[in-house]
Amino acid sequence: MTLLMPAPEPEILSRRDELLARLRAILPAQSVIADETARRAYDCDAFTMYRALPLVVALPETVAQVQAIMALAQEMNVKIVPRGAGTSLSGGSMPLEDGILLGLSKFNRILEIDYENRCARVQPGVQNLAISKAVEAEGFYYAPDPSSQIACSIGGNVAENAGGVHCLKYGLTTNNILGLEVVLMGGEIVRLGGKHLDSELYDLMGLMTGSEGLLGVVTEITVRILRKPPAARGLLLGFSSVEPGARCVGAIISRGIIPGGLEMMDKATIDAVERFQPCGYPDDAAALVIVELDGTAAEVDLLVGVVEQIARAEGATTTKVSTSEAERLQFWAGRKNAFPAVSCIGPDYLCMDGTIPRGKLPEVLTGMEALAREHGLRVANVFHAGDGNLHPLILYDASIDGDIARAEALGADILRLCVAVGGVLTGEHGVGVEKRDLMGEMFNEVDLAQQMRVKCAFDPAGRLNPGKVFPTLRRCAEMGAMHVVAGAMPFPDLPRF
Amino acid sequence: MTRLAPRDETELAEALRAANASGAPLKLTGAGSKTQLGRPATGEELSLAALEGVTLYEPEELVISARAGTPLAEIEALLEAHGQHLAFEPMDYGPLLGLAAGQGTIGGLVAVGGGGPRRIKAGALRDHLLGFRCVTGRGEIVKSGGRVMKNVTGYDLSKLVAGSHGTLAALTEVTFKALPKPETEQTLLLTGLCEETSLAALRAASGSPYEPSGLALLPRLTAPLRLDVNAAAIRLEGPAISVARRLDDLRALLAGRGGDFEILPQAESAALWRALRDAAPVAGQPGQAWRVSVAPSDGHALVAGLREAGASLLAHFYDWAGGLVWLCFEPAPDAHAALLRTVIGRLGGHATLIRASAEVRAAVDVFQPQPPALAALTRRVKESFDPAHILERGRLRAEF
Repeated sequence: MTLLMPAPEPEILSRRDELLARLRAILPAQSVIADETARRAYDCDAFTMYRALPLVVALPETVAQVQAIMALAQEMNVKIVPRGAGTSLSGGSMPLEDGILLGLSKFNRILEIDYENRCARVQPGVQNLAISKAVEAEGFYYAPDPSSQIACSIGGNVAENAGGVHCLKYGLTTNNILGLEVVLMGGEIVRLGGKHLDSELYDLMGLMTGSEGLLGVVTEITVRILRKPPAARGLLLGFSSVEPGARCVGAIISRGIIPGGLEMMDKATIDAVERFQPCGYPDDAAALVIVELDGTAAEVDLLVGVVEQIARAEGATTTKVSTSEAERLQFWAGRKNAFPAVSCIGPDYLCMDGTIPRGKLPEVLTGMEALAREHGLRVANVFHAGDGNLHPLILYDASIDGDIARAEALGADILRLCVAVGGVLTGEHGVGVEKRDLMGEMFNEVDLAQQMRVKCAFDPAGRLNPGKVFPTLRRCAEMGAMHVVAGAMPFPDLPRF
Repeated sequence: MTRLAPRDETELAEALRAANASGAPLKLTGAGSKTQLGRPATGEELSLAALEGVTLYEPEELVISARAGTPLAEIEALLEAHGQHLAFEPMDYGPLLGLAAGQGTIGGLVAVGGGGPRRIKAGALRDHLLGFRCVTGRGEIVKSGGRVMKNVTGYDLSKLVAGSHGTLAALTEVTFKALPKPETEQTLLLTGLCEETSLAALRAASGSPYEPSGLALLPRLTAPLRLDVNAAAIRLEGPAISVARRLDDLRALLAGRGGDFEILPQAESAALWRALRDAAPVAGQPGQAWRVSVAPSDGHALVAGLREAGASLLAHFYDWAGGLVWLCFEPAPDAHAALLRTVIGRLGGHATLIRASAEVRAAVDVFQPQPPALAALTRRVKESFDPAHILERGRLRAEF
């Protein structure tokens, strides 16, 4: 294991019995999971490389219970790790051996749907897709649609600022929520935003979104719902290599068209999905671009023609336009199956999540190929091409000695490459534990110190989800007094995990 | 005393470190076009005007970066030349505050945040700010975010600085999403209905699939249209063929509610929404102006509640389908804050005093008071950037 977590604190472990007793005073007996076998079910999220057994799992179902647990944790100086559906790809809800795993799965109710104000109030454990399902009869939907939307929870989406394939046009979670109710460490409640559209003073709702469970526990969310566009059509564009495909994507956007979806796959992924479940992707294509145009029928038809022209001009070897809803879904079927399909050729894969300036795509792909060769591994690529968000899937075999370490090393090199061309470590999966130790590639110590001071404003004792996002643990008192001059820390030798 | 005017980020950091050490407060200025917003701050002026210039513009990547002191007009002209714009439709406070139009810097714009009529479709400034560099109240040079469209690496501090009125950090460089301008626009006016019915029609349009990008209600005789009836205005943008089709669909949707339809073509439509963006209906009236944000369906209840309580409204209008209400009152020593806050207390949302004398803005809460837990958290966040309260002291709250 190359990843180090903060060492469990003996002081906490020694008081486990007391903690269990006090949790049982707050929650019904079946909502306090202490038994080792039962806790085992919670030992990781979707970042399965690393596992840890939580000290105890608590499953509250009322806000008052969450408040009581947060107050108890503060009083007993115990760590808390919040967890939604456990689908984080970056280990955001990876448990701590000396921490309470606070599961919010029982907060699974849609509290109110308000069509007049185009919003819905929901509890954090509600599944992402369930929101769209609840409003679809009236012609509405909730826009952010991460691939895990049949499983992931809206609370987790807020924690990670989850995206999806429609981000370029419709935004990420942060652009689609109006209000939050948050329980702070210690048990106090703050309500941020509401059904009104804009915030005043500091936008703490925006700050909470994507804060990876380090600032507070979200107990209610007001999401915006959108009216479904009346028409949507897809285009399937094949190219002989990645470069013309990337140029085509750039040309579409340069023309002033922001498609509802704009995705790209490389040869390795195309082959994998065709083997997994054939969906008619052209077998001569080395790169495939899927474009979805949505809006009124007249506009969609017009833009389909424009995009088709652009694709031909960029040398597309295949241009197919969907003529029915079934065909549009067929175009997406392979893309949606990409992850499971790749795991069949894997047998394991590590999914990366860097974002780059779109124009750097050919350069980054070439660089990635070279890096993969160096590390002796294969990479299959899926991109949200419109917004430059890459998902290189590093194929490895966990049963081969050293393969995990090689995959991690390649992943780190790929993310360094993304940052070097002006990109970032993560577009939508979060830093978590997975990319924690790479934060220094993007931020210097001064940048990170400021972020950690913001954390201190919410959680001065550092008890909420410690060991995630930041590569070092520092006490807030020390942060407050610290002066960082010209990037040099007063304690450069401070131990990292 | 000479005015502080650092020539670059390094000099700015030196100035702020010195201020942090001495505890002497500073007021940040760019073009000086927004000094009347918020409570009056105390301290010596520090000009960021020298930090100027667009540092990156890649139209095909939809991204533009500029130093904080860059005039907004320069950025807008550059984007315009490439068929792009800042889609959140930034308000020009000049006309409302009795200043020239077209002033202001991009840094000042971020400091006040907000968004114009297109907020309902395209989001606010907060949704378009991709990243920034700044010098914090500690005098530390900090960067956050990036230049790419999708980024969740570290806390989203862009959200915090947007609308922070310079109380956290002096911005030095900001990066925005630049989006294609819609090809055409037209506005459908539905006239002659009462305010409540007009707002219901706007909400129906908001819930329709026809993608309105502006939903405002101008009460009768209100600038800039000055019609003798109420006018609900619905803006549609996009390719001509699509706008024409959606206009027809919208008329069909709203027919049967009574009232008359009228269509404003491109130029008239653009002029109307520019005026509404800049709060023209209240800008031309003397008096104290408030900007109120409520759930769209509460917009009418807000105004009705104020009228019931006998408020002396000089002018008002609604944007965002009723979610944004601009109010202009006969001047009063408390700017009618007590009354307004009582009504908002029942509905939820918040009210900001935008135009009033410095004495009034010092005496009343310009921003919505917060419950104790949130107020304490807000102060801790402020102090995480600026522990000595040197930046814009008093701007947001008397306490910091």
